[in-house]
Amino acid sequence: MSTATEFSVTSTAGLVVPDAPAPRTRRRGLRLALRVVGPLVLLLAWITGSATGVLSPTLLASPGQVLAAVGELWTSGQLGDALEVSLARAGAGLAIGVLVGLSLGVLTGFSRLGEELLDSSVQLLRTVPFLSLVPLFMVWFGIGETARVVLIAVATSFPMYVSTSGGVRNADRGLLEAMRTFGMGRLALVREVVLPGALPSLLSGLRLSMTLSVIALIAAEEINSTAGIGYLMSTAQEYSRTDVLTVCILIYAVIGLLADGAVRLLERLVMPWRTVGRGAR
Amino acid sequence: MNAAAVHLRGLERRFGDRAVLDSLDLDIRRGEFFALLGASGSGKTTLLRLLAGLDRPDGGTVLVPQVRTVVFQEPRLVPSKRVLANVTVGMPRGSATRRTGLDALTEVGLADHTDAWPATLSGGEAQRVALARALVREPELLLLDEPFAALDALTRLRMQDLVERLCRVHRPAVLLVTHDVDEAIRLADRIGVLREGRLITDERVGLDRPRDPADPAFAALRSRLLADLGVHTLEETSP
Repeated sequence: MSTATEFSVTSTAGLVVPDAPAPRTRRRGLRLALRVVGPLVLLLAWITGSATGVLSPTLLASPGQVLAAVGELWTSGQLGDALEVSLARAGAGLAIGVLVGLSLGVLTGFSRLGEELLDSSVQLLRTVPFLSLVPLFMVWFGIGETARVVLIAVATSFPMYVSTSGGVRNADRGLLEAMRTFGMGRLALVREVVLPGALPSLLSGLRLSMTLSVIALIAAEEINSTAGIGYLMSTAQEYSRTDVLTVCILIYAVIGLLADGAVRLLERLVMPWRTVGRGAR
Repeated sequence: MNAAAVHLRGLERRFGDRAVLDSLDLDIRRGEFFALLGASGSGKTTLLRLLAGLDRPDGGTVLVPQVRTVVFQEPRLVPSKRVLANVTVGMPRGSATRRTGLDALTEVGLADHTDAWPATLSGGEAQRVALARALVREPELLLLDEPFAALDALTRLRMQDLVERLCRVHRPAVLLVTHDVDEAIRLADRIGVLREGRLITDERVGLDRPRDPADPAFAALRSRLLADLGVHTLEETSP
């Protein structure tokens, strides 16, 4: 058969090399380094600020003082106890909140009746700042653990609800129709098609809920508490211990960071189909 | 008329160990309609993506015109933009753009759908919007990636006529990637067959337009091309 030479051209004037995107294969080490740069800069600024006296120790303790405070709190057992109490509260509240948000979200996202019945009420309640519920909850549940856990549960259920109902509502209609023709029941449909499809938004809802659980934890522990990180903070405030205050703030930050990392890991574990089959043709 | 619209020399593209395109040479002249046939996975779409600048070659020369547009297999319309905005997407706003957009929609017979949302269009209509979007930029090279593959047979025939007519008016160089041998013969000035990363066939279609599938020369070319694709037809196997 003939080859390209028969159809060869004599002039390639005006032609250009197409400007293709560079392949995005950044090395793992570099990626990690780029992530670490921001926090590292903040830490360096803190160290130099304290060392040069720009940051007065009465306002913000230096990194050295904070480390010493960590040691002191740890050896006295205060920090361990406080962490245990706080994490248990946040965990219990988060578990309840996420479960409630998830169930309500699936209900309103999947069924027309559920949406008409529930959505407006939930949206109404959602606009109430959860901090304003603190006094009411004190009256209802007393000043014990229940009020705190319920507050965290209420705070975390709303982001979960919004993400879930949105994700479920965006389920692929064509796919649902197809599965119905193969005789899949409603429950199986939700479990095997709708929820896996909604996972990306479920997980972003979970991320928001986790952050909010820490915020609600602080609010819950600042009031009449006798244990936990928040209690540690309010006593430190009374004695103007900025080093202990900083320790507590850092602990909240670390908890938030760990929670975020856990969800990222979860994303990779529960959605294996998202990482395969990309880019190949 | 010997100026090039596409100039490829020694083009290589590998995915892992597999060379999808293996030292490929190809020239397409200005205004020439080139149809590329090949089985699934033969590298047709890879070649098109290289020409569109969506992918990088592992070796060789790729020269293409500055203005290139693509019609993909799916319409790929932005769901949140109305039809006219989809056609003029990425162009400067203004009445001039609006007018050229409207002209392009009129050309594809969708002048009364300018304010419709993409979700309300049928498959054929959406693909016509995609075609209008590709032509409104007056491309020197139009890349068609199996643009009719997802359409029903009747709509496909109408779309083929439309593309033929519009290409005669606008005269871009065209690379049509397709599985459909009849489609290639109906539309193309020249047909190539890609197998194992190389062009095993590259020939001019010597039939007069409009081309009739019942024409014996059409049928002969069809069975020859099918044989190149590894499909043997009755005419050839029977004595």
